[in-house]
Amino acid sequence: MSDKLVFRFDVQGDDFTSAGQASVQVKKNLRQLGFDTDTIKRVSIAMYEGEINMVIHAGGGIAEVSVCEEYIEIVLEDKGPGIADIDKAMQAGYSTAPDSIRSLGFGAGMGLPNMKKNSDSMEITSEVGVGTRIVMRVNI
Amino acid sequence: MKISKLQELLGAKVITGEENLDKEVYSAFGCDLMSDVLACVTDQAVLLTGLVNPQVIRTALMMDMVCIIFVRSKVPNDEMIALAKENGIVMMNTDKTLYNTCGILYSNGLVGTSEVAK
Ligand SMILES: Nc1ncnc2c1ncn2[C@@H]1O[C@H](COP(=O)(O)OP(=O)(O)OP(=O)(O)O)[C@@H](O)[C@H]1O
Ligand SMILES: [Mg+2]
Repeated sequence: MSDKLVFRFDVQGDDFTSAGQASVQVKKNLRQLGFDTDTIKRVSIAMYEGEINMVIHAGGGIAEVSVCEEYIEIVLEDKGPGIADIDKAMQAGYSTAPDSIRSLGFGAGMGLPNMKKNSDSMEITSEVGVGTRIVMRVNI
Repeated sequence: MKISKLQELLGAKVITGEENLDKEVYSAFGCDLMSDVLACVTDQAVLLTGLVNPQVIRTALMMDMVCIIFVRSKVPNDEMIALAKENGIVMMNTDKTLYNTCGILYSNGLVGTSEVAK
């Protein structure tokens, strides 16, 4: 519908300190809208993993969350290096994160599988050298 | 178990969330890897960790955790304190190691995640 609610965020890629801020804000907004805790948690986890990925792998990007009648849609778009082999990236444990990221508590190769697990549908389109776009939906 | 009881058992120092010490918690999760915390989606209430950065708090928020205990006397910075305060998270630190902290809480009845899920 045309009256759907959209939240849009610029996710900064140069500063890890702020990584995750957009997801915290979305969680607050969804709480205010009165969604149940399970739905909110699934959206939160899926978006947070994707947001952190944009920061550590892609130098930031845009996050857009739309509240539609039957689902909440999360779109994450970046102009990062892209993902050469999406099937491989989806495997639990596969990660190209450097040690500096591991020491920050991330880089176990569990984010993408976790995004899939917490969403009802997930689509990745990516081109090497151009960027990555991920669309996830969580049914309400 | 009340959060105040965890504090007492660990001799921990409360940094934020004093007003929520009466909250009841039933399970905890201990690790430095936030990827792991995010991948274990059951009702974890308490996060025990030696990692200190704002993502620890944001990860706890995403997982609906209400209490963060930093081990080995790790001290959160002002940004983390503000974030925890704003969200009513009880933040404490203890001089004990992660292993010992887990052991003390576990042997006093605070179980791990999967045991609550069963
Ligand atoms: N937005 C992105 N742009 C470029 N590459 C990405 C992006 N998202 C994921 N990847 C690639 O896919 C791999 C797997 O991602 P995934 O989120 O599963 O693990 P991770 O981010 O490395 O570690 P974790 O999520 O456990 O912290 C990454 O290591 C990276 O190579
Ligand atoms: Mg990731």
